[in-house]
Amino acid sequence: MTMLKEGRPTAPAPVEDAHMAPATATGNRALMLEEKLIFEIGSTETTGVDFAQAPLTGSRLGNLARTDVIGLPGLSEQETVRHYTRLSRQNYAIDLGLFPLGSCTMKHNPRLNEKVARMPGFADIHPLQPQSTVQGALGVINELAFWLIELTGMHGVAMTPKAGAHGELCGLLCIRAALEARGDARSVVLVPESAHGTNPATAAFCGYKVEDIPATPEGRVDLEALKARLGPDVAAVMITNPNTCGLFERDMKTISDAVHAAGAFVYCDGANFNAIVGRVRPGDLGVDAMHINLHKTFSTPHGGGGPGSGPVVLSEALAPFGPLPYTARMADGTIHLIEEENVGEEMPRSFGRMSAFHGQMGMFTRALAYILSHGADGLRQVAEDAVLNANYILRSLDDVLDAPFGQSGPCMHEALFSDKGLAEGFTTLDIAKGLIDEGFHPMTMYFPLVVHGAMLVEPTETESKAALDQFILALRSLAERAKAGDDALKGAPYHAPRRRLDETLAARKPVLTWTDPGMV
Amino acid sequence: MRYLPLTDTDRRDMLSFIGASSIDDLFVDVPAQARLPGTIPGLPDHASEMAVERHMARLAKRNLSAGEAPFFLGAGAYRHHIPASVDHLIQRGEFLTAYTPYQPEIAQGTLQVLFEFQTQVARLLGCDVANASMYDGSTACWEAIVMARRVTKRGKALLSSGLHPHYVSVAQTMAKFTGDALAYRAPTLDAATDIDALIGAIDKDTSCVVVQYPDILGRVADLTPLAEAAQAAGALLVAVVTEPVALGAIRAPGSMGADIVVGEGQSIGVGLQFGGPYLGLFACKQKYVRQMPGRLCGETVDASGKRGFVLTLSTREQHIRREKATSNICTNSGLCALAFSVHMTLLGEKGLRDLAGLNHALACQAADRLAQVPGVTLLNDSFFNEFTLILSKDARDVVRTLADKGVLAGVSLGRLFPAAPEIGNGLVVAVTETVTPEDIETLAKALEEELA
Amino acid sequence: MSRYFTDEHEWIDVEGEIATVGITDYAQEQLGDIVFVELPAEGASFEKGDDAAVVESVKAASDVYAPISGEVVESNSALEDEPALVNSDAEEDGWFFKLRIADASELEGLMNEAAYKKFVASL
Ligand SMILES: Cc1ncc(COP(=O)(O)O)c(C=O)c1O
Repeated sequence: MTMLKEGRPTAPAPVEDAHMAPATATGNRALMLEEKLIFEIGSTETTGVDFAQAPLTGSRLGNLARTDVIGLPGLSEQETVRHYTRLSRQNYAIDLGLFPLGSCTMKHNPRLNEKVARMPGFADIHPLQPQSTVQGALGVINELAFWLIELTGMHGVAMTPKAGAHGELCGLLCIRAALEARGDARSVVLVPESAHGTNPATAAFCGYKVEDIPATPEGRVDLEALKARLGPDVAAVMITNPNTCGLFERDMKTISDAVHAAGAFVYCDGANFNAIVGRVRPGDLGVDAMHINLHKTFSTPHGGGGPGSGPVVLSEALAPFGPLPYTARMADGTIHLIEEENVGEEMPRSFGRMSAFHGQMGMFTRALAYILSHGADGLRQVAEDAVLNANYILRSLDDVLDAPFGQSGPCMHEALFSDKGLAEGFTTLDIAKGLIDEGFHPMTMYFPLVVHGAMLVEPTETESKAALDQFILALRSLAERAKAGDDALKGAPYHAPRRRLDETLAARKPVLTWTDPGMV
Repeated sequence: MRYLPLTDTDRRDMLSFIGASSIDDLFVDVPAQARLPGTIPGLPDHASEMAVERHMARLAKRNLSAGEAPFFLGAGAYRHHIPASVDHLIQRGEFLTAYTPYQPEIAQGTLQVLFEFQTQVARLLGCDVANASMYDGSTACWEAIVMARRVTKRGKALLSSGLHPHYVSVAQTMAKFTGDALAYRAPTLDAATDIDALIGAIDKDTSCVVVQYPDILGRVADLTPLAEAAQAAGALLVAVVTEPVALGAIRAPGSMGADIVVGEGQSIGVGLQFGGPYLGLFACKQKYVRQMPGRLCGETVDASGKRGFVLTLSTREQHIRREKATSNICTNSGLCALAFSVHMTLLGEKGLRDLAGLNHALACQAADRLAQVPGVTLLNDSFFNEFTLILSKDARDVVRTLADKGVLAGVSLGRLFPAAPEIGNGLVVAVTETVTPEDIETLAKALEEELA
Repeated sequence: MSRYFTDEHEWIDVEGEIATVGITDYAQEQLGDIVFVELPAEGASFEKGDDAAVVESVKAASDVYAPISGEVVESNSALEDEPALVNSDAEEDGWFFKLRIADASELEGLMNEAAYKKFVASL
């Protein structure tokens, strides 16, 4: 007989030395591949794109031809695909698992929406094409605008803002324009201490002085303190509802009435609209302006930091002051884009343009597909499931983690915990880094600022009960380890592509671009 | 509902675990009068994927897409060929469905891309540093004006007449509220730019001079004298680039002395998309880095000494500095930055130079051919891939008529500058590598007919 | 030379008409790793309580107030390259700026070392 022994044994001996995995020569660990920078692997002569030969013509570059070496490395297509595919594998993403980043609404991004956004009729049209050639695109903007107004019970909507913060800017500019139109110069915007940083930053960006309003011990706006501060110098109050502690501002209508009585406007940060979509209309609460992050509630992908889209719904008092351009449906069914040239008759009091073109069209198509997919019943279910999931997490963990407002009733779409009760020297950061090893993205940490060591958990409605249970198991185990003072936790993560990174070094000696070590 | 994984049994079990008798118990904090009794009126119930796709496709069909017609529009948004692998890579879920890289241990993919992007942008624009993106060119332009105010502690910006009028509008909108003074006048139909006039207008209150390169009429001019004049007066030069492909052919603004260079990066990797999302580029000299808006990614090491990347210098930003932040920007254009970076990596220096050369050569051919049409004069002495034609009649009408005939001829100055009818005969024509010789011929013939 | 402390955690050394100002060891400890210090320009004048400098850690930026009125005669340029000096030697080499004292009577309400220690212990 022939004794072929190649490739034996086929059943490995049981492993006892997993902790002693030897270092590899390349630094790679099987599927975990280290990837150098394009500047280290590419060359200025390599390219992954072929072009036709340029016809011979003279140069009319005004004697400004670029003769220096720019220093842009190229890669062939295969190398490019590999480079970015390898890098992608060093990222956590919703597609991989639960991403409970509070305030960020990391829900599933339906792929139909990606497909729709890429239809050439939407993706390959120029913003300055004659309007007769883009009626479908204007139709998308108009249809989405219609549903956003219906969903919020407001009077109008400004579609151009490019993200939540840009929407805040839009809302405050409307408010300022409205105040100026009645000859009322006011200088102060009131912002709760628990507000997102964009709120005070935006108010300052458009020239307002910012003052804090305190919170009550149960995590809501202090109505009495707010009323006491209102006066002829206050232009607006910015309120997040549901707020950043995950609670509904019960007194919202009373707040609005008081603000209006004082001649000011109510700006609502609508980043947390997901908790109430289809169940509560901000228009019924006296809100004058509210941005909607389409990249949160309406599921357009976050893309590693953007793009977003931040349409702003407006009350009757503010709608006339909204930005250009905007769409209007005419009696004959055509949709007009109202720009500087024809604004005279249509909206003489518009505060003007706030970005070059018509807003985030690529996000509008996705958001509209999302709204139509869910429909009236689905959207209501979205809010209900988002709130249910958050409460399930809150009640599953409030025995091991401090829930600062857990006593005062249910939460909305996010569950807030604090670091109170962890062993001496253990922090929210340790729990967060531990979650990484457990295969989850950490929750939002240290926000809102009003809660020490805040952990803000937002599961969203697109998680199954099984996924929630696994997350709860992981967080419970980490809470127990942090309470018991398990020092190993301080070293987490152990299993991620990188251990904890030195942010102090990065900030003290900033290296923001790559320099060829041979050149320094 | 296909996106919602909870079953009714799950919901019941979870409610009972929480101790709530119904979902309404969880909404107790919402005052009764604010609770919608039913669903949103008028909105149909949930729809199948097929039904929604059909609805959207019907809307998409009501647009004439650039690929269906001879296409010559530019003026701040350009149609270039995007290699297939760009879209494939940005659709990887690990990029597409990740958040801002606040947890660097599990976001090295995004962070390394941003570090590479910042380096590519800085080199392309000729600057020391670049940030991780802004919303678009127009908002980046305003941020540059604000930054110049911070740096110089002066409040008057001079805007070149060659600056994109929509960028001017954005700045004017903001300046109404911030009290910044802006000096601006619409362009005239002249082959020379207004650089000399700008130099003459700089004074001790000037925070910055903002100049577009190539400008809205396609003209290119050396920025060096302007940079010197601005800096001699203690002001900054802000250069605006709306067509970054040009920088594969013409000198970088940073190398001509610009202190801040901002731009619209859409042209590389992003696609037209009817105006958004686009990609704001923002770069400057090293000494101003702490005054920059937006996110910055920096190199560092991890606890085991391996190289890694983190977001850094965050004390400039809203989440830390709140009302004292350099900007209110939070969400930026991350995925568009990835698309830009992938496309730029595919091109490399060689590809970018080839691409720019091809654009310029085709534009030269088109300019010569179109200038032969009776009733058409070429304005520009110099240009990259975009130039201005002066027609014998209002260009706005011509553009509309040609669109009805299936030719997307360009952007009329009447559309861009409705308040300056004296330049209404101007037509801005962009010619990229996507334009064929037949397209040029079709446009020439159509203009001939229209202007006869 | 005498040293004073404020309840905003600044220390002031007075020598003749010049006051040297820094943040206390307690403050640097609370702030964590200092990554950047923004110092006032020479010649700047401050009223007592004005924002005079900014000290930054990775996750926070804190204003440093002028503890007394005066004109800046010198800033500690060593901090530009080595902000870590504030962590390693807050109360000596990590000083921030020197002021020409405008009104010596403003020193009267300030704490001495013992009082400051007691104040910190009470926090
Ligand atoms: C409560 C809140 N407000 C405002 C914003 C700002 O939105 P954007 O990032 O879209 O600018 C965010 C998101 O980060 C947020 O969570």
